[in-house]
Amino acid sequence: MLLILCPYCQSRRAELEFRNVGAAHISRPSDPQTTTDAQWGEFLYQRDNPKGRIAERWLHIHGCGRYFNAIRDTISDVFVTTYKSGEPPPAMPSEAKP
Amino acid sequence: MKFSLISLLKEGLTGNRGWPRQWRDPAPKAAYDVVIVGGGGHGLATAYYLAKEHGIRNVAVLEKGWLGGGNTGRNTTVVRSNYLWEESERLYEHAMKLWETLSDDLNYNVMYSPRGVLMLAHSIHDVQVGKRHVHANRLAGIDNEWLSREEVLDFCPILNPATDIRYPIAGGALQRRGGTARHDAVAWGYARGADRFGVDIIQNCEVKGIIRDASGKVIGVETTRGYIGAGKVGVVAAGHTSVVMGMAGVRMPLESYPLQALVSEPIKPIMPCVLMSNAIHAYMSQSDKGELVIGAGTDQYVSYSQTGGLQIAQATIEAICELFPMTRRLRMLRNWGGIVDVTPDRSPIIGKTPVEGLYVNCGWGTGGFKATPGSGHVFAATIAKGEPHPIAAPFTLERFTTGRLIDEAAAAAVAH
Repeated sequence: MLLILCPYCQSRRAELEFRNVGAAHISRPSDPQTTTDAQWGEFLYQRDNPKGRIAERWLHIHGCGRYFNAIRDTISDVFVTTYKSGEPPPAMPSEAKP
Repeated sequence: MKFSLISLLKEGLTGNRGWPRQWRDPAPKAAYDVVIVGGGGHGLATAYYLAKEHGIRNVAVLEKGWLGGGNTGRNTTVVRSNYLWEESERLYEHAMKLWETLSDDLNYNVMYSPRGVLMLAHSIHDVQVGKRHVHANRLAGIDNEWLSREEVLDFCPILNPATDIRYPIAGGALQRRGGTARHDAVAWGYARGADRFGVDIIQNCEVKGIIRDASGKVIGVETTRGYIGAGKVGVVAAGHTSVVMGMAGVRMPLESYPLQALVSEPIKPIMPCVLMSNAIHAYMSQSDKGELVIGAGTDQYVSYSQTGGLQIAQATIEAICELFPMTRRLRMLRNWGGIVDVTPDRSPIIGKTPVEGLYVNCGWGTGGFKATPGSGHVFAATIAKGEPHPIAAPFTLERFTTGRLIDEAAAAAVAH
């Protein structure tokens, strides 16, 4: 089970309190009239699925109830960092801290 | 060497010293007509049917580890075809028909055992959905029958008959032709069969790059054992499909999750069938060794770690203990994870890609084993002809642009 630092609560809590809600930094096309099928497909379905660092959203559902973002390594599952919604993804530190 | 009663008797009486290697261990050639990336069941089946049915024998299967060491060796060996939508029914039933004659076809015992797959209902809603499922299957010519609560308890007597539990049994859908097959034997049987047609099976050979010419067409792959030229490349890399396809610049609608399974200590036969409960997420069968084989769920996050969270396995064990009270004092022997590639509609992707000469067979998610023969069969035809096999045609990559999804997320549910 992962231990996850909620950037709002500033507390490292068990994964059971959180819900993973998929990839981060994906924005809905702003003008549906001019959005092509390929762009809708990209928004709805295409995902990076990296073997390495992923930017993803989490919901602290059994805590503060707020969404935040995280950078995690998908090989070791180690969190590089977590940060609040609306903040840009931080510059990557070179080494992940366990 | 052909397996027969005579050869088994002869070897049995002479200490089993005369069995030869079942497939060669060749060095890669400079180029092949077709290179298959991934030496699991689906990849090996693809190579076998390419050679057997389409006469394409200058084929290599590249495997980064050992044969069947990925999800082929990690699944819970369940075989069934009771999917909801017509496209899926055709695909999985195609596989089911091949399972029935596979041991003869391969001259290799894959231990296909049609012991019945029983899917439980626990509420009036489960019953309604389950009956709809049964009717849909029967309209498609697939066997599936509805059992009442009493019939379920009669068919699988070790189930908990109590009515005062959180999820009492209300009935179930039974596919009698469903059951299990021996996963390792499927990989080995296809490897041996393909090898006999001249297919090179190259293990410990990881693909590092997909090489394209100026027009964009695939011309070969870069591997840890050097460059290998290829007329066509078929990617059958399960959880690592996004990584391999990324080498050709193709983005995939896939996410890779760890999926767990576990087995108990071996005990005498107690389990007459494969039993699933989608509502409480538990399924169990018994292997021929006597171990109870239990499938757990996926973790909630993308990961390539090949392990899953302990709480996932624990939730499944709690469900199993409630469904089968007699298992409460059993010890679990092993628990492992595999990386499964999940599509948004929980249906596979089989076919061409935007890159000429590059084909993909992926997205089998949590339930690919049952489809192994059918998947290889239709993918081989797709590669050989350059056009999708009619059964594979709905399962294109383009459906995530056109929106014509085959939504088995609810129909296939969580347990595969």
